[in-house]
Amino acid sequence: MTLASFQAAFAAAVHGSAAESPLARLVRQPGFAVYRNTVVKACVDALRASYPAVAALVGEEWFRAAAAVFVRAHPPRVPMLVEYGAELADFLRAFPPAAELPYLAHVARLDRFWTEAHLAADEPPLRAGALAGLAPEALAATRLRPHASARWAWFDAAPIATLWQRNRRSAAEDGCADIEWRGEGVLVLRPHAEVIDVALDAAGAAFLDACRDGATLGEAGMVALAVRSDADLCALLASLLEAGAFASPEEPIRHPSQERER
Amino acid sequence: MKLSAGVGLKPEHFDAAHAAPAGGLWFEVHPENYMVAGGPRLAWLDAIRARHPVSLHGVGMSLASAAPPEARHLERLRALVDRFEPALVSEHLAWSSWGGVCYPDLLPFPRTREALDHIASNVSRVQDVLARPIAIENPSHYVHIDGHDLPEIDFLAALCRRTGCSLLLDVNNVFVGAHNLGYDAAAYVDAFPGDLVTEIHLAGHRVDAALGNALLVDSHDAPVDPAVWALFERLVARIGPRPTLIERDGSLPDFATLMAERSRALAVLEPRMRRAA
Repeated sequence: MTLASFQAAFAAAVHGSAAESPLARLVRQPGFAVYRNTVVKACVDALRASYPAVAALVGEEWFRAAAAVFVRAHPPRVPMLVEYGAELADFLRAFPPAAELPYLAHVARLDRFWTEAHLAADEPPLRAGALAGLAPEALAATRLRPHASARWAWFDAAPIATLWQRNRRSAAEDGCADIEWRGEGVLVLRPHAEVIDVALDAAGAAFLDACRDGATLGEAGMVALAVRSDADLCALLASLLEAGAFASPEEPIRHPSQERER
Repeated sequence: MKLSAGVGLKPEHFDAAHAAPAGGLWFEVHPENYMVAGGPRLAWLDAIRARHPVSLHGVGMSLASAAPPEARHLERLRALVDRFEPALVSEHLAWSSWGGVCYPDLLPFPRTREALDHIASNVSRVQDVLARPIAIENPSHYVHIDGHDLPEIDFLAALCRRTGCSLLLDVNNVFVGAHNLGYDAAAYVDAFPGDLVTEIHLAGHRVDAALGNALLVDSHDAPVDPAVWALFERLVARIGPRPTLIERDGSLPDFATLMAERSRALAVLEPRMRRAA
């Protein structure tokens, strides 16, 4: 038996049945279960570490059972298990046992945001005062790129951010009690050493979408106003800058005074 | 500073590890946990590395595969080697990926001459990219496999001859494999080519949850077993001191408990290190 055919048969047996395996003599040995169990446990443990709020909402037993189903459908493709499980939110959305928990997939998405922000490239955020003194026209023409770690979403139907924060931070308290049931958004990012999250309304999420797609601040402001006509664009931009939501541009932002000097 | 006894480093212990007095102490990590674009993990390891030697012990290169190492994974390992300048770099005589899917474990294979060709080619590829030799660890065993051409020690020695790699002797793996497959652990340790050993691993095991004492599992979640300590002492008495690691991945005790195990290893190594100096 070549190494390639051995590996193919062994791999198939790890997630499959022993009955028709060409390695039946091997797979039938009690010790084979050690490999099978270790593979699944490593994947489930990695998911458990990356999705603490989901686990807090559904409980350990439900989480590990669902994760084991996920592992069969979406085995890891890279050895870095810290990255593993990007598809869990989509999986939960279509997972029949989770049908009564429509918010679960959204909470999973925010757990994933945290992981992605945690692992993102280091990048100095644009300082809060960097746009001070820009004339309104210059400000409107400026393009800002969201920080490499920034992930954001608006959820129309449910207070996903509050659910996520409560269940991520403490599984002990009742993660669902006394929550006002309304739409919520959140920005998750790591401008410096630690991952932080900031509340975001629908206009703010649309504003960041537009910035990511290359719009100027003026254009992004129009997009935000189209979502919420009462959006306070100055306060929104100030809060995003304060959070460190934008990358420092490669070209320095040109102030009118510098324009005149040239 | 010559490496003496080291400890596997877990994020829970970063602060205590960073503050620990140096003096031959070193730390080993799985590079896979640091293959990230940025963030606090790399910053933590930078801080540790500023005070202590670091060893990168890979679990994801899948060297015992009939396919070359994944290029992106190898590139990420090279970046870590460049950044942390590790004192030791090692991988396993095992495979963990096939057909684009990863099986996060250290999987066995028949030690055929064909397998030796693949593995030697893979080890050489890794060493070429890293521009340094690596050490290859003997695996734990849980099943009998048909079709071996070579005993494990002969296979490992041939791999060293062909690639210039060295060996990492995991004494607990010897004990677990010998128990599970019914060979003599002491005879294996006695026959292991000492001049090729550049690192020793010590770890804990447990009995299988379903099968009890019939099957030992290399679980890394318990203190080093007395029988493994005895094999370690026997090994060091024969081949002399080598950098020796206390590995613990599960049921993590506090840092002081691991350091106490490290002291026990040090007590075996140190008299002979002084003699060698």
